Amino acid sequence: MLTPTYMDYSATTPVDKRVAEKMAKYLTMDGDFGNPASRSHYYGWQAEKAVDEARSQVASLVGADPREIVWTSGATESNNLAIKGIANFYHKRGKHIITLKTEHKAVLDTCRQLEREGFEVTYLEPLSNGLLDINVFKDAIREDTILASIMHVNNEIGVIQDIQSIGDICREHKVFFHVDAAQSAGKVSIDLASLPVDLMSFSAHKIYGPKGMGALYVSRKPRVRLEAQIHGGGHERGMRSGTLATHQIVGMGEAFAIAKAEMLEEGKKIKQLRERLLEGFSDMEEVVINGDIEQRVPGNLNISFNYVEGESLMMAISDVAVSSGSACTSASLEPSYVLRALGLSDELAHSSIRFSIGRYTTEKDIDDAIRLVREKVEKLRDLSPLWDMFKEGIDLSTVQWAAH
Amino acid sequence: MAYGKKVLDHYENPRNVGVLDKDASNVGTGMVGAPACGDVMRLQIQVDDKGVIEDAKFKTYGCGSAIASSSLLTEWVKGKTVDEASEIKNTEIVEELELPPVKIHCSVLAEDAIKAAINDLKSKAG
Repeated sequence: MLTPTYMDYSATTPVDKRVAEKMAKYLTMDGDFGNPASRSHYYGWQAEKAVDEARSQVASLVGADPREIVWTSGATESNNLAIKGIANFYHKRGKHIITLKTEHKAVLDTCRQLEREGFEVTYLEPLSNGLLDINVFKDAIREDTILASIMHVNNEIGVIQDIQSIGDICREHKVFFHVDAAQSAGKVSIDLASLPVDLMSFSAHKIYGPKGMGALYVSRKPRVRLEAQIHGGGHERGMRSGTLATHQIVGMGEAFAIAKAEMLEEGKKIKQLRERLLEGFSDMEEVVINGDIEQRVPGNLNISFNYVEGESLMMAISDVAVSSGSACTSASLEPSYVLRALGLSDELAHSSIRFSIGRYTTEKDIDDAIRLVREKVEKLRDLSPLWDMFKEGIDLSTVQWAAH
Repeated sequence: MAYGKKVLDHYENPRNVGVLDKDASNVGTGMVGAPACGDVMRLQIQVDDKGVIEDAKFKTYGCGSAIASSSLLTEWVKGKTVDEASEIKNTEIVEELELPPVKIHCSVLAEDAIKAAINDLKSKAG
């Protein structure tokens, strides 16, 4: 069976072979399988050395000090540790948190939990291009604001927030600043030595490392303190207990090192491919790009083919693995909350497809995808009563629908 | 989520796609759903002078299961009287297409569509 072409790199990426090969050396009897916390023998020392090297590799990609990197199980845990950790440690200073409506659920649901514990959270609305208006952010800051959590790159629409400006405002008002960088590390250059950011979440599997592995950057200057969320042997300076998963950590380190060496070239190549993809749809009617096209990571194209429902389009183009903002499968029938937050109509949100391309995407993949999408969109529009109505010049917003 | 064989068959080869003259006195049109909910079905039936459905057409905006449900329904109603067609239950569609629980609303929509088409037809005769 021919497997579909993978164009869902924002969901996850395959592990780079170079990464997998290195990881395999830290598992078996003939490898360095020891517990990095074993201070009394060779096996522990070898593992500790590997963990230290990986910590330097991760820190190096983002301009941090290795001592500022705390290993976690992934960006979800990093987000939880950063937000709950700050809230629990500094709650006497204030109980107000600011975030964005288009954040990942790992941030939004963590904030919801803190609301249940007595914190107040402001969920800011982005502009229609997905970017945060700096003035809106500034106005939301209160006397009792302790933390702002704003993502660097959005997972659905790929837009890049101006974390420098947001961070400057945070510093000015003495508000801690957390950034979810799961989708940006290895794609956008990050220099934490100069960026006004206190906490930053990373994931390994979004940049060709293993799943189940992440890190949290915790600034030393200025010093940021956290209340641990997982207690135990006091690993990671007490911030995150649990035996370190040496092979996973080594994998993340190697993935970050490869990204550092190759991201510039790779970014150019991927951007050209995305432009080719977009060009392939440019003469089609009723096509809308979701999110700012300039302030966007190279690999993302989120696009709505109006009057065609996203899930049926995904089904029609099953030779290409993509994702959709449509939520026909969910009981709520709510389309993507990210696209809704941009002010997109429900039908445009239902009609969206996210292409995310990466390291192993080829020109042929792009050309095949264009051909297939064009053919199937035409077929589904022929099947769509909404397309008929659009062609008859009926404004769909004036129609009285029998909602169900 | 993987789709069942029958859903895929109707989706790949939808039966009776098209439009009938909505102003004709022997044509009933039912349009149900809303773009905001992610599915809109338009189902049309044409009856002969004995009240038997001689033709049925549909167009659907929605997921694969919604398209398959409406396609299947057009096949089923052809040759039935209007009264027989009005007795089709969504559960029969669920069973035939082996729809999973999250897709049951697609079959409900199809049942609503045929009922709406019949009501439209009756209101014209009215």
